[in-house]
Amino acid sequence: MIANYGYKDGSGEYYIAIDTDQCIQCPVDHACTKVCPKGMFEIITDDYDDNVAAIKQAHRRALAYECTVCKPAGGYARLPCTTACTPGAIKHSW
Amino acid sequence: MSAVIQPNTAPEKKEYWRWAENTWVDETKDWRAAKILTCGIDVGSVSSQAVLVCDGELYGFNNMRTGNNSPDSANNALKGVMDKCGMSLDNIHFVVGTGYGRVNVPFAHKAITEIACHARGANYMGGRGIRTILDMGGQDCKAIHCDEKGKVTNFLMNDKCAAGTGRGMEVIADLLQIPISELGPRSFDVDVEPAAVSSVCVVFAKSEALGLLKSGWTKNKVVAAYCQAMAERVVSLLERIGVEKEFFITGGIGKNAGVVKRIERILKIETAQTKYDSQIAGALGAALFANTLVTKQGASAPIKAAA
Repeated sequence: MIANYGYKDGSGEYYIAIDTDQCIQCPVDHACTKVCPKGMFEIITDDYDDNVAAIKQAHRRALAYECTVCKPAGGYARLPCTTACTPGAIKHSW
Repeated sequence: MSAVIQPNTAPEKKEYWRWAENTWVDETKDWRAAKILTCGIDVGSVSSQAVLVCDGELYGFNNMRTGNNSPDSANNALKGVMDKCGMSLDNIHFVVGTGYGRVNVPFAHKAITEIACHARGANYMGGRGIRTILDMGGQDCKAIHCDEKGKVTNFLMNDKCAAGTGRGMEVIADLLQIPISELGPRSFDVDVEPAAVSSVCVVFAKSEALGLLKSGWTKNKVVAAYCQAMAERVVSLLERIGVEKEFFITGGIGKNAGVVKRIERILKIETAQTKYDSQIAGALGAALFANTLVTKQGASAPIKAAA
């Protein structure tokens, strides 16, 4: 399942998509939860009883601002979350 | 001679947004003969539903407006349908709560997100061929892609803004003083289809609608412009996950032909029809999940309801 967390507003589309079918095969114990400087990721048991990464509820409506520090303007060449995700389950829409 | 003082009473305020609540039970079935009796409760931000399922088949439902707290809304929704068929909570094997208030259903054994439940419910209501589902709820809107078993494969949710939701439609009904059930048919009673109003924000849309009325637009034309805006907004959500046949709409807006027909026109696709109330999809999916869970556990006697 591809779970899209985020929103669309007047300024653009801000979604983090997590492919849970790939996420459950994570060989590095969900490194995304450790590398995000804002601690936005958590591990949840989804409706189909799989333990997968998800964006915490408190951050879902403010992704454009929360993720700013990891974008190129914040000094990062690559996003820490997508880099740490070895199965390649995490994607940003912007 | 003394003057007669008239009581200072405000004129009666009509609630144009109020939609019809309904309860239904399948009179051809006897729930006492069922081996597994399960219930799904969907407590949404605007409406609450209770659905009863006997041996995996829909038996009855109650659809009503959500009250000022989730536990009471869940209790009232279930009581409405149980009273109609002479059932009590002790007769039910398993209860699954879903929707915005799913964690506050006092008698639920398990909570499942409305995304999974709507997909499962739509799979039952529209058939196994359903692949794309649009749930237009009271305060959010979801585009869901599922497989032939009703399992979610992709979903997208817009819960940041009331534009493109049932609540937005209620605001427009009140503003234009048109009963909400008439908005759809009246939106087609225009000479030329107008351009959409603002779809970014329901407050902007309301201001724009007021401006259009002042500039001489008819109410029907404003309704048409709002329905078009709502359709365009949800279509952008659907296009992001990709629309695949067959297409099904759940939630209260599914009953508004003005929005549904415009979505069909933009997407060039027809929505699958159902004989059931489109608002019960979430609760029906929850009840079906409950049925699966009981079947897996092999329960033969009703499980004591959660405290």
